Amino acid sequence: MSERAQRLLELADDELVLGWRNSEWTGIAPSLEEDVAFSSIAQNEIGHARALYELAAADLGTTADELAFDRQPGEYRAAPLVELRFVPDWGRTIARHYLYETADEARIAALKGSSDADVAGLAAKIDREEVYHRLHAEMWVDRLLASPDGRVRLIDATRELWPYALGILDDDLRPTWAERVRERLGVDLTNGDAIARGAHADDWTALWDEMTMVRRSVPGAQW
Amino acid sequence: MTNRVVTDRVVTAAQVWAALEQVEDPEIPVVSLVDLGVVRNVQVEGDRVHVEFTPTFLGCPALEVMRDRMAAKIAELGGEPDVEVVLDDSWSTDRITPAGREKLRAAGFAPPAPRAAATPTLIQLQKGFRCPYCGSTETRLDNLFGPTPCRSIRYCEACRQPFEQFKTI
Repeated sequence: MSERAQRLLELADDELVLGWRNSEWTGIAPSLEEDVAFSSIAQNEIGHARALYELAAADLGTTADELAFDRQPGEYRAAPLVELRFVPDWGRTIARHYLYETADEARIAALKGSSDADVAGLAAKIDREEVYHRLHAEMWVDRLLASPDGRVRLIDATRELWPYALGILDDDLRPTWAERVRERLGVDLTNGDAIARGAHADDWTALWDEMTMVRRSVPGAQW
Repeated sequence: MTNRVVTDRVVTAAQVWAALEQVEDPEIPVVSLVDLGVVRNVQVEGDRVHVEFTPTFLGCPALEVMRDRMAAKIAELGGEPDVEVVLDDSWSTDRITPAGREKLRAAGFAPPAPRAAATPTLIQLQKGFRCPYCGSTETRLDNLFGPTPCRSIRYCEACRQPFEQFKTI
C-alpha cells in the first residue's frame, strides 16, 4: 500500500470511528441541544471519512464502502483515542472531543499545505466544517472549567486520556499542540509515551462487530 | 457538396443551466441547485453534458439526490449526463446567489453571513444576526448545530421565535 493511501486511511478511520462514537449520544445526551450537536458532528465526521476513503479507494482500486466496512479489525488504522467507548460519561466525552478536535486542527492545517492538490483541496473543505466542531469543544471546555466539579472531571479525564491523545499526531506536530492544551487547561501534562495506532483499545472489537454487521450479513449490500 | 456544421449539439450549455435552475434542493425546495451555487461548470460535447458539482457539506445525505436529479434533468433534455462530484474547496456559502439568499429568507431561513478572512468566534456568532420573521437583530445563538449539517439554531428575543440560520462555511 502506498504511503499516501496509508495516511488517508488513518485519517478516514479516525473520523469514521469517532463519528460512530459521537453518534452513541444520539437520543441520550444531557440536553436536547447536545443530542442535536453530537448527532450533527457525527454526521460530519462520517461524511469526511467517506470523502477520504474515496480518495484512498481510487489509489487502491476499491470502493469507499469496502474500505469502511470490509476490513478485519486488525487492519483499521484508527488511533485508540477514538475507539474508547464513553457513554454515559460526559466528562470523558468532552475531554476527548477537545483533545481530538484540536489535534485534528493541527493535522488538517498541515494537509492544507500539501503539494498533493487533491489532498490539500479536501483538507481545506473538511476544515470549513471542523471550525464548528472546535467552537463547540471550546465552549464545553469553558463551561466545565467554570464549575469546581466540572473542572475536576475534565482535568481527570484529560490526564487519563493524554497518552491516547498523543497517539493522534506525528512527532513533528505534537509539541505545539500539546503546549496549547497545557496552556488552555492550565494543567501540567508530561509528554510521555503515546498509545500509538495499531494498539487497538479493548472497546474496538465490539464496535467493529456492530459497525460491520450489516455488510457481513449481506455481503455487497448497498443502501 | 454541402458544408456540414459539426457542432450540432443536442443541447446548449445555456439550456442546461436554465434546466438546472429548475432542480430543487432536496431539503430546502425553495432554492434551486443553481441558487445554492453547487453547479461550478457545464460543458457540452456532442450528446455528452459534463457538469461539475461541488457538494455543500460532505456528510449531507442530499448530495446523491442532487446528483441524480441533475442527471435526470439533463437526460430529459436529451443529453447524456456526466455529473462529476468535485471534492475540492471551491464551494462555500458565499457561492449562494443573491436570489437564493432572498428565497431562503422568505422561507424563514436566515441566510449565511458573508465569510470573513478569519474563522468565526463564538462571541461573533452570539449576537447581531437578523431574524428572518420580524427583522430584529435582537437574536441569540441557541445551538451551533441544527437539524441538518448546514444550519444553526437561533432565537429571536423580539418576536420570541426560534429560527434556523445557515452556517457560514
